[in-house]
Formats: sequence, structure tokens, C-alpha cells
Amino acid sequence: MIWIYLIINLLGNAPPRVFDVPNDGGNALMLEWQLPPDSLGKVDSMLILRKTLPEGKVDTITKVFINHPEFVDEGVNYKKAYQYSILYFIGPVQIHSEWSPPTKPVASWIDTRKIPLFILMILYTTILLVYIFTARKGRELYLRPIAGLEAVDEAVGRATEMGRPIVYVPGLSSISDVATIAALNILAHITKKAGEYETKIIVPVRDPVVYTVAREVVREAYYTIGRPDLFDPGQVYFATDSQFGYAAHVSALMTREKSATNFFMGMFWAESLILAETGASTGAIQVAGTDAVTQLPFFVVTCDYTLIGEELYAASAYLSKEPLLTASIKGQDQMKLLIMVVMILLSLLSVFGVNITLGLF
Amino acid sequence: MFQRRIPLIIVFITGVLMSIQYFIPHPISQSAYNIALTWFRGVASMAYAIAVISFVRHHSRRLKQPQNRFYSAVALLAFLFMCIAGFGFGIGEGTVFYKMYLNVQVPLQATTFSLLAFYMASAAYRAFRVKGFEATLLLITAFIVMFGVTTIGNYIPFIPRLTEWLMAVPNLASKRGILIGVGLGMISTSLKIILGIERNWLGG
Amino acid sequence: MRDFLIKLSKIERRYIYLALFLALTLPLIFPPNFPQKMSPTVKSVFEFIDTLPPGSHVLLSADYDASVLPEVDPMYRAVLKHCILRGVIPVGMTLYPQGAVLALDAFKEAEEYLGARRDTDYVFLGYQAGFQAVILGIGENIKNVFPKDYFGTPIDSIPAMRGVKNYKDIALVISFSGSSVPVTWVIYAYSKYHQKVAAAVTAVSAADFYPYIQTGQFVGMLAGMKGAAEYEYAVRKIMKDKGIEKLPPAKAVKGMDANSIGHLLIMLFIIIGNLGYFASKRRK
Repeated sequence: MIWIYLIINLLGNAPPRVFDVPNDGGNALMLEWQLPPDSLGKVDSMLILRKTLPEGKVDTITKVFINHPEFVDEGVNYKKAYQYSILYFIGPVQIHSEWSPPTKPVASWIDTRKIPLFILMILYTTILLVYIFTARKGRELYLRPIAGLEAVDEAVGRATEMGRPIVYVPGLSSISDVATIAALNILAHITKKAGEYETKIIVPVRDPVVYTVAREVVREAYYTIGRPDLFDPGQVYFATDSQFGYAAHVSALMTREKSATNFFMGMFWAESLILAETGASTGAIQVAGTDAVTQLPFFVVTCDYTLIGEELYAASAYLSKEPLLTASIKGQDQMKLLIMVVMILLSLLSVFGVNITLGLF
Repeated sequence: MFQRRIPLIIVFITGVLMSIQYFIPHPISQSAYNIALTWFRGVASMAYAIAVISFVRHHSRRLKQPQNRFYSAVALLAFLFMCIAGFGFGIGEGTVFYKMYLNVQVPLQATTFSLLAFYMASAAYRAFRVKGFEATLLLITAFIVMFGVTTIGNYIPFIPRLTEWLMAVPNLASKRGILIGVGLGMISTSLKIILGIERNWLGG
Repeated sequence: MRDFLIKLSKIERRYIYLALFLALTLPLIFPPNFPQKMSPTVKSVFEFIDTLPPGSHVLLSADYDASVLPEVDPMYRAVLKHCILRGVIPVGMTLYPQGAVLALDAFKEAEEYLGARRDTDYVFLGYQAGFQAVILGIGENIKNVFPKDYFGTPIDSIPAMRGVKNYKDIALVISFSGSSVPVTWVIYAYSKYHQKVAAAVTAVSAADFYPYIQTGQFVGMLAGMKGAAEYEYAVRKIMKDKGIEKLPPAKAVKGMDANSIGHLLIMLFIIIGNLGYFASKRRK
């Protein structure tokens, strides 16, 4: 009797309600449905069916679970309309619900969930631009001394005095990593400095794209100081793209060439200690800079100077002393100050049981 | 003028477009992103060709130097062998290429990786000296954590909990602090490059 | 004495390397088998399984691949054997394609050393794609997610799976992983179905999971080779107590012995270095 009652109930069951999933590219629709309360445990399984319009092709999407009466179909296209129905299995009996009205997924032009992020991005950009424009007016901005960057002159000078080369490692990551770009910016400065003293700089590279960029950076740096003759195509080269193969190569390079100065700038992984420790064993002065938090302790222990995290990004501004670049560092600091103030405020509020994320996250 | 202006214009346009693309989920935006990725992959593949030429040239040049001749000869021979093995006989399971990779390259990589243990010892030996307050604090913390990760640590009552606290609280907090700074630095550097303020990547 | 200390602190690098080489390799050849005392987080997991009534079910999800094998695989093998020794039925599964092969090997080892029988003493369901869909699906009906086990046997006809429908019939889920998959189990299995979850992770990622232990979302955690060694040691003790003569290789315990001796040696060198440093300071 219960089964007949259930079957009758389900026969009259409404089709699933279909909604567009917001903030997507029109490739998802959400389905919701409700089973009669006494059907729990009696319905063996359910299948969701989808009809694509205008063709009318029917597909079985998936099996669904009773106590989880919603499903997101991510296999739809925003140019078509769809209808859904549910197929219930009760023992040997199959019952088909009605088809839902045609629904077309909507492709959103704006992801509203990311609006807070967009606002923060605009705020940060505005702060940076304000400082940059202030710098254009000639206002001098103070940057605290960073030991590693103050030592660049000393490091290059040491190599010149000893008549030994400088080895510059621009990290092991690809060009899409911002740390690599920061490393290449610093390479330009150091090449110019080394070029002024006619000190050889060797740049072994792990990534092919970084190799092509590094080669041009070094060549242009020599051109800028009026010494194109100093550029040797063999000084910037592709070593290997194997992580530990590269570490072995650079270690051997430092030992054979007996470099006076080693620079490790960019992104590093487990090979950082191999590189830095080998360099330390040759007696070279070493300056490292990375944003890889896990490798910082190794560099701090083995190198004479270490640029920690954002100091790597500030290096270019610091070395060139260009007002526009310096201004951007100040802007960065102001944003950090703002974040700190918000964090402290929200932490204090949470101590008193007030938990707000300002709807931002 | 063109050597510097055109790359800067390209960077500005693509930088702004890709920044905006992140906020637009529409398929048109996604296909633009996929096109950009495809171009990047194409450029990266071509860069490999240039890199290989650089590798061969570099080691060929070094064949003339007596002190480097042997190593560069080995490098070039290994390169040639793997090229012939790979292109000639395939790179699938059971091929010479695959066997050389498994039996030569993988053990070599593991060996170089294992050097870290020795370098860690010599670095720790040199670095952990009681030279001042911070150095002493670092040394004590290092000892607590080192005990905590060994078997003996479990026999000292407070060590496991203290190690756990050190890793989960001050260590994690400082890591997150550095990451916040790094994140802001990344955005700032990217913005400077997009706006053409930072031009050293072009060569100064 | 002072001169000796100063000389000792200036010891050449190669002797340090030699000492470390010996400290790391000798324990692997001549294992000292140091007694491994359980840390609190490992003990929580061990005691939970140890006190389960025989016939209970524990879901062991091998959510790892070969890159974290040395740390995580011994944990899986140890927990699996512990379950079988206590009459608890381990139900193996994985959300990672590579995990299936690795977990299967662990079950084969249990067959070899404990005489465990498939479908009676253990069940191996294999790999299923879908991550949260799988975790949610098990909450409704495990048969919907795994209609057959890894070997093609329908779930309904597996004696060890009788009476197991969803999380209500599973005492504990343990996620073995080198990444953040255990958090996914907490979000979908613990939060929605109040399923008890434990984690078995690499040492590097362990720091990220301590907050979950503090809030009670994880019953406990095995972290790194140390956690693996502690559990393995305890399980081997149970096997010896039960009179099982042929014991499986103690990979984690051996590794941990070498690890511990290496660490102690490094600490000794640091102390020597500091003594020499003080001695040379005094001299000045």
C-alpha cells in the first residue's frame, strides 16, 4: 500500500526547479527538488535527465542522492536552452517527473563575488599612482637602508679587486613568476655596475624564456653604459632545465671559476642550500634575495646578505634611486599599514565576540 | 624608439586586458585567456629551441679549453645520445630513452638532492653560534624543534607540545606576515611593469 | 683544553660529512630499533582504533601519490595492519588515481604478513573520481559511489560490507595525503555528516593542520616520518605480542632511527662549535 501511495505521490511530483548559477560563464545550471517526506529510504536511486533544446536530445547526467536534493550541472552552454527531469527507481518501477520549463544559462559579464577584490585593487593602484605623481613633483622620499642592497657595490668591487668573476643566478622559475622579473631588473643594475669596472659576470639560466630575456638584459645593460664590446654571448647561457642538474652545474661553476661574488635572486626551491653552501665553501661573498618563504632560512644562514620577501621587489627602486620607483615602494608601505590597521581592528573586535569580515572575503 | 616603445605598448595593453579578464567570467573573456596561454606556450616552445642552441654553443666553445674539455664533451655526447634515442626509438616505457631517464637521471637527481643533508649539517654547524640575544634565541628554538622531530623528543615531557606550538604559532605567523608583504610587492612590481615605470627588464 | 676545543670547532667540513654519512647509513644497515614513544596526536588516532569494537569499519583513504611515498605509505600500511589486528575492518579507497596502486600494495602486504582475507577481513574499493562528490556521496549511500569494489565484486555481495550504508556505519575516516585533501574530508564529511576524521600527512604540511586538531575537527594526526615510525613501532609490538614471528620491514622506524641519530649528531656539532667559539672568545 505504501508503495502505491508513494508511486502516486511521485507521479504527481513537480519537476526540479532550475536556476542559473550566477557569476559564471553560462556553463552551469542549478537544480533543486523536493521528495515527499515519507519517500526517504524507499526510493532506491534517482537519475537526472537533461534535454537540450532545440535539438531535443536527452542525456543522463548523473545519479543523485536523496538527502542532498540539489545538483549543479556544469556541462551546459550559454547559447542553448535546457529542460530537466528526474527518473525515480522504486524497486522494479521507474517514475519520470515532468520536464522543467526551458531555462537558458546566463553568461555573466561581471563576477560580483570579486567586486571587493576589484575595489581593493583600485584602492591599491590609486595609492601607488598618488605616490608616483607626488614623486614627479620632485618630492624626495626616504627608504630605510637595506643591508643587502647597500652591499652590492662592495660585492662588485670585491670581484673587481680579486680579478674573479661574478656569478648571478636569476632563480629557477619561469618568466611568469614576478620574482624572476625582479631578479632580471636587479641583473640589469649589477651588469651596468660590473661593466663600469670591466668585471666579468656569468649568468647560467634554467628556463629557456628567461635565458632569452636575460641575454637581452645583459646586452642592453652594456649598451647603456657605452660598453657594447664587453658583451660576450657565452656569459649568459642556458644550463639545463632539470632542477638538481642546474644546482650541480652552478655548484661546479662556482668551484671551477672561483667566483668572488655570487648573487642568488629570484625563486628557489630545495636546491637553494646546495647553491649557497657551495658558494660559501669557495669563500665568495654572497647576496641572496627570494620570496620563497621556505628557502629564506637557508639563505640567511649561508649568505652574507639576504633580501627577504618584498625587499627583492624593492631592490630595483633602491638601486636605481629613480623617484618613480621609490614612490611605488612608499605606496606599498601605505597599503601594508592599512592592512595592518584593519587586521588589528578586526582582531580586537573578534576578542569581544564581534566577527565581521566586512563582506570582503 | 621602436625597440622600446612597441614592447612597452604590448605589455601595457596585454597587462590591462588580462587584469580585467580575471573579473569577467563570460566565455569570450575565457577564450581570450586561452588564446593568450596558447601564444605563451608557443613562445616558450620556440624559446626551448634557442636554449638548446645556446647549450650546444656554450659547450662547443668550452671544448677548446683544456680544463673544461672533458665535462663539456660528456655534456654534448649525453645530449646527442638522448636526442637520437628519443627521436629515433621513442620515449615510451621500455625504450632506451626511458631506461636512461629512470636509471641515470633519476638516481643522479636523488643523489644531488641528498647532498642537502650534508650541507644542512655544515650550515647548521657554522650558523648556530651564541653571538647575541637573537642568535641564542634562534639556537634554543632550533634545539627544541630538532628534539621535537626526533624519537628522543617524545621522552621529554614538554618538547612535543612546545614544538607543535612553535611550528603552529610563531612560525606560521611570521610566514603569513612575509607572504602579505610578498603579495603586495608582487602587485606593485606587476603594476610598474604594466605602466612602463619599471623598464629594466627591457635592458635598462 | 681550550686549545682542544678551538681546534675541534675548526674541524674540516669533510670530517663533518663523513660523520654524518656514517650516522645516516649505519642505522639503516644495523637498525638500533629505538623505542618510539607516541606523541599525543598520534596516540589519539591509535587509541581510537584500538578501542573500537571488533567488526567496526574504518575508511582509509589513500589520497597520496609516489612523491610522498617515504612518509605517508608506511603510515597507511601501519594503520591498515592495526585495524586487522584488532578485528576492525579497514575499507580502502582513494581520491587519487595513483593512490589505488599504492594502497593495493599495502593490502597485499597485510595478506602476506597477517593472513588477511579480501572481502572478509578487509575491503578495497579503489579509486573514484570526483573529490567532494565522492565524500558527499558516501554520506548518503556508499553503494552509489562504489557499486563494485576494485576487483569488480558488487558491494552487496561482500560480507565485510554488510550493514555498511553510509558514515553512520563508519567509525572513522583517515585521509592519508601529501596535500590539503584532509581538509576536504573535514568540510564535507565532518561538517555535514559529523563523521569523525583523522589525518595522516607529510611533516611539511602538518603545521597547517594543527588548528583542526585544536578545534576537534580531527580526532588526531600522524605527521611525517616520525608519526609513521611511532605508529609502525606500536603495531609491530602488537604483532610480536600476538606471536607473529614474520614481521614486515620497518621502513619508517629504520628511517626515523637514522633521522634521529643524524639530528643528534648535528646538535652535537653545534654544541662543539659553540664551545670552541666561547673558548676562542675567552682567549681574546
